[in-house]
Amino acid sequence: MKIKSNTRIVEPSSPKKQGLIPRRDFLKYLGGGVLIIFTPLEACKNMAEPVRATRSLPKDFNAFLHISEDGIVTCFTGKIEMGQGTITALAQMMADELDVSIENVKMVMGDTALCPWDEGTWGSLSVREFGPKMREAAAEARAVLIRMASEQLKVPLARLTVSNGIVTDKLDNSKAIGYAQLAKGKKIEKHLNEKPKVKEPSEFKIIGKPYNRTDSALKVTGEAKYAGDIKIPGMMFARIVRSPSYGASLISADTTEAEKIPGIQVVRDNDLVALLHLSRDKVDEAIVKVKAEFSQIEMSVTDKTVIDHYLKSATKGNIINSKGDIAAGLKLSDKIIDSEFYDGYVAHSPMEPHTAAAMIDGDIITVWVSAQTPFLTRDAIAEKLNMPAEKVRVIVPFVGGGFGGKADNPQAVEAARITKLSGKPVMLAYTREEEFFYDTLRPAGLNRVKSGIDKDGKISFWDFSVYCAGDRGSDTIYDVPHQKTTVFDQGENDPQVHPFAIGPWRAPGNSNNTHAREMQICLMAAKAGMDPMEFRIRNLKDEKMIAVLEAVADKFGYSPGKGPSGRGYGIACGTDVDTWVALMAEVKVDKNTGHIQVVRVSCAQDMGMCVNPQGTLLQIEGCITMGMGYALTEELQFEGTKMITQNFDTYEIPRFSWVPEINAVILDRMDQPPHGGGEPAIICMGGVIASAVFDATGATLYHMPITPARMLEALKKV
Amino acid sequence: MKETITFQLNGKKTEALIDSTQTLLWVLRNHFGLTGTKFGCGLGFCGSCTVLIDNEPVRSCQLSVGNVTGKKVVTIEGLATDGKLHPVQKAFVEHDALQCGYCTPGMIMNATGLLLKNPSPTTEQIKEGMEENLCRCGAHVRIIEAVHTAAKEMKGGR
Repeated sequence: MKIKSNTRIVEPSSPKKQGLIPRRDFLKYLGGGVLIIFTPLEACKNMAEPVRATRSLPKDFNAFLHISEDGIVTCFTGKIEMGQGTITALAQMMADELDVSIENVKMVMGDTALCPWDEGTWGSLSVREFGPKMREAAAEARAVLIRMASEQLKVPLARLTVSNGIVTDKLDNSKAIGYAQLAKGKKIEKHLNEKPKVKEPSEFKIIGKPYNRTDSALKVTGEAKYAGDIKIPGMMFARIVRSPSYGASLISADTTEAEKIPGIQVVRDNDLVALLHLSRDKVDEAIVKVKAEFSQIEMSVTDKTVIDHYLKSATKGNIINSKGDIAAGLKLSDKIIDSEFYDGYVAHSPMEPHTAAAMIDGDIITVWVSAQTPFLTRDAIAEKLNMPAEKVRVIVPFVGGGFGGKADNPQAVEAARITKLSGKPVMLAYTREEEFFYDTLRPAGLNRVKSGIDKDGKISFWDFSVYCAGDRGSDTIYDVPHQKTTVFDQGENDPQVHPFAIGPWRAPGNSNNTHAREMQICLMAAKAGMDPMEFRIRNLKDEKMIAVLEAVADKFGYSPGKGPSGRGYGIACGTDVDTWVALMAEVKVDKNTGHIQVVRVSCAQDMGMCVNPQGTLLQIEGCITMGMGYALTEELQFEGTKMITQNFDTYEIPRFSWVPEINAVILDRMDQPPHGGGEPAIICMGGVIASAVFDATGATLYHMPITPARMLEALKKV
Repeated sequence: MKETITFQLNGKKTEALIDSTQTLLWVLRNHFGLTGTKFGCGLGFCGSCTVLIDNEPVRSCQLSVGNVTGKKVVTIEGLATDGKLHPVQKAFVEHDALQCGYCTPGMIMNATGLLLKNPSPTTEQIKEGMEENLCRCGAHVRIIEAVHTAAKEMKGGR
């Protein structure tokens, strides 16, 4: 997606040569009386040397794991835990492959000084991409340890077996030695030229079994630390002078009044003016006293006119899929349906706003940050501060929700700048207003869909266009002889499209595209006089899609009915991160108020190997609950580059009273590689609710979110 | 201006020489180091900062510390007794009623306050009582189950 001038978009930075933090330096940090999270001192002390930081995953298995003298396996990963549960799933994979108990696996996550390089926690990549590499490392470590045991016990390899980290002679169980005694807390020097195979699914003891979250004991007691909970002696709270509109540049800032508050310190560096105080209340009090002038960028687009704006500023069409001939398809058609679907700009709005704590010690800056991208954040800090990356250490403690929004971390760079300028340890926690303002929003969506049905209820052609919202999930999925997909974006001479920063929002683009496709299918089935499930099956060749649809119909207890049946049943299906997903929902619509209550939702998912069915279930429930927001209420209000939405009073996210009954089925595909689990179910929520509303009332809702006002308006047309 | 404020914090009589106009949330977090109570929205809309004051769930971001003089304040850190989790905490663990965990302390404090007032809530009453606490991850279904489980255990313990 092309973005002009003042709009930020999250992009991975280009690879650069990277060194490492000398061991003595980071040990000094660890011992400095600073509260360090996820960094077991013992594990670090016992490590032979710190992990060499590169911009690819290291080959040496020692980068992934360390076995202490008491047998604790520390698993190092650049992935972070933001609620998605990889802290548990990765521990399961490590434990199973090594043959140790999961209780003995400790996770060290998102610390650039200790963990192997990582591109970031997004795209549901932790289990499906990092996981297999980590398993290979664990398999090699296990094979090496068994060889070491064979030498020490003087027992041939074939006679040895491993359980709970103890290698035992199958013929004489008095001959046994533990990983702890073999590794002695040191780096394992031996490596194998021929890499051993990872376990077959039939050998799994821990993978594929449901495990409760391993972090909940910390989280229910308040012990779990997030970036905002870091306390550094002498730490000052920072607030930054913010512009009233997006992309504005600072002309002047008069801090005279603010400085009258005792203890206020001002930091200035070109565009950055920050106030610091030991008390958060005092700095909050001071910041509103700053008189600042900005030169602002004017844009006339508002949340009400965004669709017209899109049509004017996204004139460059790019055909990404073409098969057959649309004109020929038109001739085959008995009925033609031409629709436009809209989605609003939505925010990630995690409960934890973007936060960073930073300190400088000598020439090394350490930043604790609520980030999905520790290594990219480190590189961004190094670049802005013109420092070598090895002098910047980023540590990501628990993250209070991300959903894609914490891929971008301006607060980390700001905190690092302020700490460097002031020499003081600094805490910069965004207010909720800053969080909405600086969020990398999910772009509004416009989809145009024109399609036809022949006399047999087969789709004769499919002409699908997506504007400005990304092409993920725009696949036709149905078996259509004549089809075309066009992506429209900002052309070279077009005005700027987005007034704000945009970025990845849980399954980026896919919610918009799946909503449009599946709602169109709902309308086509009704026009063909067919049950929407039967219509789908008739037009699908994809066996995996048929399987998830049949599984969800079974779970839901679906019985066929031509729409609108009055029952309020909706269906939607699609693919995301290589996972096949189908949802069915039942809704009730209050025709007097326009209020929609989602009564129940069922989900079926084919995600390949499912490492933790319990964790997957949590993610499905989370997707369904969160997804009700973009379907029913969430839509940011703005006027040009001014964000009107500032807090949860006007940005309504799902609440307890909304919660439907949820059930799910995960198809058994343990023989397949693992696919994504954190995002798929959310893509169907728009389509499943819109089609359920149609089934309940006969009203066609083209515009997400389906607010009561839009619902009442649509009912008038029935 | 600094003054001495006396109140009960997590079961202990506490005195602090502080500016009484400071927000309870920031005093708990920065003066007392009780960082389990979270900042979420700053305006009382989300409930991440919920603590109990005289057994009532209160948004600590909306109150200055001077207001708790002579009162009993309980934060998430004060809920477990003798190293044993409170039934609400235990039920949240059992049901996996959390994901990122950021709203969790506020959820638990609010649920505890709810159960102190109504030991046998119906599902509808739980939803109503928890309605103003926001969770973005979507742990709601499990939180409702956890509150039911905690209610049973708390009654059993009496």
